[in-house]
Amino acid sequence: MIQFIIRRILIAIPTLLVISFIIFAILDLAPNDPTGNLPMTVPAEVREKIRESLGLGQPMHVRFGKWLVQFFVNEPLNILHDGFGITIGDAENRTRILSWATRSPVVDLIIQRTPQTLWVVGLSYLFGILIAIPIGIISAYKQYSWFDQVGTFVTMVGFSVPTFFTGMLAIILFSVQLKWFPMIYDTTLEVNSWDNFVLQVKQMFMPVAVLALYNASQLSRFMRASILDNLNLDYVRTARSKGRSEQVVLLIHVLRNSLIPVVTLIALGIPTIFSGAIITEQIFRVNGLGQLLIIGIESADIPLVQTLTFLFAVLIVLFNLIADVIYGILDPRIRYD
Amino acid sequence: MKKTINILLSLAFALSLASTVEAKRGSDGQLNLLYWQAPSTMNPNLSGGTKELEASSIVLEPFARYDEKGNLLPWLVEVIPTVANGGISKDLTSITWKIKKGIKWSDGSALTAEDAIFTYEYCSNPDTGCTQSNYWVDIKSVTAVNSTTVKVEFTVPKPFPYAPFVGYNAPILQKAQFDGCQGAKAQECNKQNFYPIGTGPFKVVDFKPNDVIVLEANPNYRDANKPAFSKVVLKGGGDAVSAARAVLETGEMDYGWNLQVEPEILIKMEKAGKGKVVSAFGTSVERLMVNFTNPDPSLGENRAEYMGGNNNRNPHPYLTDYNVRRALSLAIDRQVLVDAGYGKAGRIGCNVLPAPAIYASSANDECKTPNVAEANRLLDVAGWKRGSDGIRKKNGVRISILYQTSTNSVRQASQALIKEMWKQIGVETELRNLSASVFFGGDVGSPDTYQKFFTDIEMYTNNFSGADPQTYMSNWTCREMAQKSNKWGGNNMPRWCSPAYDALSAKLSITSDMKDRIRLSKEMNDMLMQDYAMIPLVHRGDVSAHSNKISGVLINPWDSELWNIADWTRK
Repeated sequence: MIQFIIRRILIAIPTLLVISFIIFAILDLAPNDPTGNLPMTVPAEVREKIRESLGLGQPMHVRFGKWLVQFFVNEPLNILHDGFGITIGDAENRTRILSWATRSPVVDLIIQRTPQTLWVVGLSYLFGILIAIPIGIISAYKQYSWFDQVGTFVTMVGFSVPTFFTGMLAIILFSVQLKWFPMIYDTTLEVNSWDNFVLQVKQMFMPVAVLALYNASQLSRFMRASILDNLNLDYVRTARSKGRSEQVVLLIHVLRNSLIPVVTLIALGIPTIFSGAIITEQIFRVNGLGQLLIIGIESADIPLVQTLTFLFAVLIVLFNLIADVIYGILDPRIRYD
Repeated sequence: MKKTINILLSLAFALSLASTVEAKRGSDGQLNLLYWQAPSTMNPNLSGGTKELEASSIVLEPFARYDEKGNLLPWLVEVIPTVANGGISKDLTSITWKIKKGIKWSDGSALTAEDAIFTYEYCSNPDTGCTQSNYWVDIKSVTAVNSTTVKVEFTVPKPFPYAPFVGYNAPILQKAQFDGCQGAKAQECNKQNFYPIGTGPFKVVDFKPNDVIVLEANPNYRDANKPAFSKVVLKGGGDAVSAARAVLETGEMDYGWNLQVEPEILIKMEKAGKGKVVSAFGTSVERLMVNFTNPDPSLGENRAEYMGGNNNRNPHPYLTDYNVRRALSLAIDRQVLVDAGYGKAGRIGCNVLPAPAIYASSANDECKTPNVAEANRLLDVAGWKRGSDGIRKKNGVRISILYQTSTNSVRQASQALIKEMWKQIGVETELRNLSASVFFGGDVGSPDTYQKFFTDIEMYTNNFSGADPQTYMSNWTCREMAQKSNKWGGNNMPRWCSPAYDALSAKLSITSDMKDRIRLSKEMNDMLMQDYAMIPLVHRGDVSAHSNKISGVLINPWDSELWNIADWTRK
């Protein structure tokens, strides 16, 4: 097992390097211009100067090399310096990855926005799982009952209606008509009293609910299918013939076996929590990572987009590995060597 | 006894009057502003975007700024320097600003001439990458006459020297704070760029890039009773429709900026009664550019090249005919375009120089009413006869127009309407739209940029900042023609060339008398309009909305919309 993990990590290193180069090349070749959003009144010479001040005058391989050094050496050293007080080398004059739009370090922007994304998108993922598993179990066990029909209908709607639509619907219903929840996420709110906690819950309700519905719809379909697969297998018949109660058969024998693919799926979905929910965050004005990415793309803020996309790539590779490991733990039939 | 009662009564009356008229600083609590495009920095010199200019204008201030009508107001100085009051030298090569007494930065230190000199040095340093550097051109030196007097000397005579230290593009930075942030270092000073110290009514206490800015009343602001609000929260992000909803329907926000929303949606939202839509008209005009050169691809290298002389040896096959251009303009019902796509954000535009009001010509009002019959008559007389397919032609040339613009729902709706209008006069139109980043991107290798203009007609909006049209009007001189030799870097897209116009432009650049400047500018505008070098369509405005509970908002197309935020109050 350990050997397997080490081997996978070693393979991941060249994979990630290639990914980082591909991302860099795509962004570099795209007809993007950081001065493209400036008003027409800004003359061409000024635009040229701005591009130079951003380092765009250098050839591509030099810029890629610089980014690699900044990402793999300077930024980790800076985190050690700021976070743990360990200074290695010249901390004052270390160049960091700077965002073109804000001229501030990209990693600081990411650190600033990660908590909101983890809270909103993470909670919606958690609620999604908590809703999906029971619905999946009951739907499968009582296949074609009214519960299954209603569940199928709701999950199909949740799965096929995009979040920008359910989000707008929620705003019009709960903010404009009923006035229950605010439509704008107040990112300056500090939870330091009971009242502020209530406000925080209120402002998180709509984005979390919209995303939870979407996540739950997806997962409950898998859960249902997985249980249905298992219910017809021989070991279930054996358990029943041994005289086990239906509760035990379903919740111990069948559930454990059906969870194997679902848990893998959940693990593979975790990186999407970090990448945020671009559309939902935009609609509710949650200052998360998804919103950061879309703003970066719109303003051709290449260092920001490059760093964020690469971090997502790292997370995806990492959670793929974790999913494989979990699979082995849950299912003793799987062997790695 | 009676006397004392009288005195007491009048005293009480005076006190109550004072308390109603004079709001105290910070008495109105928090003001919530919503900018759906979120500001990414507070330093206007490192971002030319309007959102950053607007946000920074609450904190950083210039010597003089424009009011809502486009008049220059002394802001941090005693008077606006003019030739008459001796502030501008007779030869127009220098301007002297005198800073008002007692102006303090929010940290309590005094604003001095050194700060102004530093601001100039900061932005004119080529390594800074200053986005506002075109406000600091032709400057020989900026010097301090004494600690509160600044003299700017120019290398050429400047009839309109109000660019440096004027308006929200060129505010003063504090030397003590930004020292060491010049040149290449400017990029790394994010503490300074996010929390600039200013002289304005508010100071930044929290800045989350691309998300939210929290500001508090500046304790050292020059007017002890202002601002009325103790705190300003400027939230960013989202989209224009939901920003309008937050102000007009839910009332969560007090002010929403730049609400480019379909007119019928905005009208419906306003009916909720929570807020008001306000608009202001600056210099933006949506116009059709008419190509005077032949864009035929078979010409190869010479495609859409202006080949010299007043006769233009590479003329457009039908658009060089005055009657065709005039007929195209006459056939357009501009009110329909306004109603369909702009609502409160537009009105009929008949001039390319529509504002400030003193510059607006009334000589071209013919365009206000469409006249299809006259357009048809003109074309008939000029010999453009309708063919069997209803399209006019003459000597084998059919009037079939290729009409391009950027991709945008309002523009595509306008295109479709104009196509129908032109059909009525026997003109065929093929529509084309290009992604804005390609169309306006200026890539020399791309054939689809608005500068190359390889079609017959193209449509977009242009404007100028500030209130002086000199540079803008020089866009249509012969040497500004966008073509191969200048890598399509010019501003004269129609490639319309007139020595008479060039002469007027040259004259304008050396005239300082305001009356003459107005007369010359109007004359230039009329020349362009009456020769139909461009066909103006819609004079576009800025649209914002504010809550009914806020008073004092004066939306300003010449400067920041937040220019007078110190005077805003809550009812």
